[in-house]
Amino acid sequence: MSGVVDLIGAVALIGLIKVVVVFVALLLTAALVTYMERKVIADMQARVGPNRWGPFGLLQAIADGIKLFFKEDFRPAAADRWTYAIAPAAAMVPSFLAIAVVPLGDHVTVGDRRVDFVIADINIGILYFLAMGSLGVYGVVLAGWASGSKYPLLGGVRSTAQLISYEIALGLSLVPIAMVAGSLSLSDIVAAQAGTVGNVTFFDGIPVLEQLQDIFSIVPNWYIWSQWPAFAIFFVAGIAETNRAPFDLPEAETELIAGYHTEYSGIRFAMFYLGEYIHVVVLSAVAVSLFFGGWHGPGLGILPWLWPLLWFLAKTLVVVYLIIWLRATLPRLRYDRLMWLGWKRLIPAALLWIVVTATVNTEGVSRNIRLAVFVVLAGLILAWVGRGDPRLAFAVNPQSGDDRGSA
Amino acid sequence: MSAETWQQVVFWIFALLITGAGVLVVTTRNVIHAALWLVGALMGAAAMYVLLFAEFVAWVQVLVYVGAIVVLMLFGLMLTRAPIGSAEFDNNQRPLAALCAAAVFVVTSVILIGAFEGQEINFARTAGTSTESIGTAIFSSYVWPFEVVSILLLAALVGAVVIARRD
Repeated sequence: MSGVVDLIGAVALIGLIKVVVVFVALLLTAALVTYMERKVIADMQARVGPNRWGPFGLLQAIADGIKLFFKEDFRPAAADRWTYAIAPAAAMVPSFLAIAVVPLGDHVTVGDRRVDFVIADINIGILYFLAMGSLGVYGVVLAGWASGSKYPLLGGVRSTAQLISYEIALGLSLVPIAMVAGSLSLSDIVAAQAGTVGNVTFFDGIPVLEQLQDIFSIVPNWYIWSQWPAFAIFFVAGIAETNRAPFDLPEAETELIAGYHTEYSGIRFAMFYLGEYIHVVVLSAVAVSLFFGGWHGPGLGILPWLWPLLWFLAKTLVVVYLIIWLRATLPRLRYDRLMWLGWKRLIPAALLWIVVTATVNTEGVSRNIRLAVFVVLAGLILAWVGRGDPRLAFAVNPQSGDDRGSA
Repeated sequence: MSAETWQQVVFWIFALLITGAGVLVVTTRNVIHAALWLVGALMGAAAMYVLLFAEFVAWVQVLVYVGAIVVLMLFGLMLTRAPIGSAEFDNNQRPLAALCAAAVFVVTSVILIGAFEGQEINFARTAGTSTESIGTAIFSSYVWPFEVVSILLLAALVGAVVIARRD
């Protein structure tokens, strides 16, 4: 009996250590990403960015944290007391929880026990990630309502409508991945992307291209190659879920002051702020696991457990950089345009892509035919999605007399 | 304590939480608070599914009910009832409502007890709750009910669009 207790104790201890380490690491990464965003955007706008605290301003995030911690925690008189108090936590906690199913690296063997670099390898990881994403909206909605103030309320209402538009596309974009991987577990999906693409015979007999296809033996076997339309939908819907530019309508500072967190200050505001960056990091980590081979990557002989972690971190930061880049590049979408994109483009495209993936993955279809069908249909879907809204034509010519504008 | 005892303890904790949240849904004066207590009750139900090793059902419950349906309710309330909290929703049909509630309770209890009386719930993890077996069951044995529900939902969707259209 004591053996069983020891076993449960050891499992619980390993779990606890994992949770604490991942919690601290995620917090630090998110804090560094706030610095990274300010530095990158400053660079893109030909500014210097934070440079006062520590070398290159690296300690800026800590300075901000300390400052916000000592600010007054203000609560409006019209606020709904308890809802106002719990909203920042409701925004931050689901983002933290979602990292639990993401495999951050390979495994190590401690004594005779195998320890995986994942907190909970549940067999429905994708579903769990989607559920946590949909819970994250409560923080925004409740903050908007509980503030007892008109601009936050508008931000909260926008957030609910935005979530309903994008959650469906986000979920549907992950169905093809589950179909090709045959699993909803992120660990299985990462494992299915090990190795390289291997031998491709698509261009056999064509003089120059025949030599070029040897390159596929060193190309990693990531899902992004065959599933890039799914990635495009996932990425757009994911950014909408994190409420970041160009989908940052709930806080739209030019229209709503600061949207849902207008009335928040001090440490509660810091929780919203940090929660957003944690969400960005976790979304990037999931994107890497689903489409970019997760922690797989070449390693040197020494410290075999360390290289996967470094690869995973590097890939995640590249996706984070992409999200920051988008913020610096794209203007905010108008509200009806955002709904239009979600309902009329992303959801049909995702449904179509599920059918395409199901068709070409039917047994008995040769790999080259699949490849050809994928390329052609993916191109067609992209052309259709990118075609834009015909109503835009009226937007540039207001004298046309035909007011088919906002919904 | 054995695993079954722990399960019993956790069951009763969540049963009390669900019941408490359910009572608060109907007794609280503030509609947004009522929606939040409903979230509590639905999350408790999800915890019950986890307790029965039905993780797939549990997370679908969270994703669909907590993540979408209650969010839609909040959206509707915020659009139509802002500022919220002051409105009076009571009416004079309490006896009728009590009668309906009691009838539903009796019918559900009779059906459930009739269907499962004397059966022991096997708490051990079985293959019957995996995602794969749920998928197989829905699309083979229960494909007709599944399709009927799908058509029903589609009809409701089209009906909602027709009602909402202005022209």
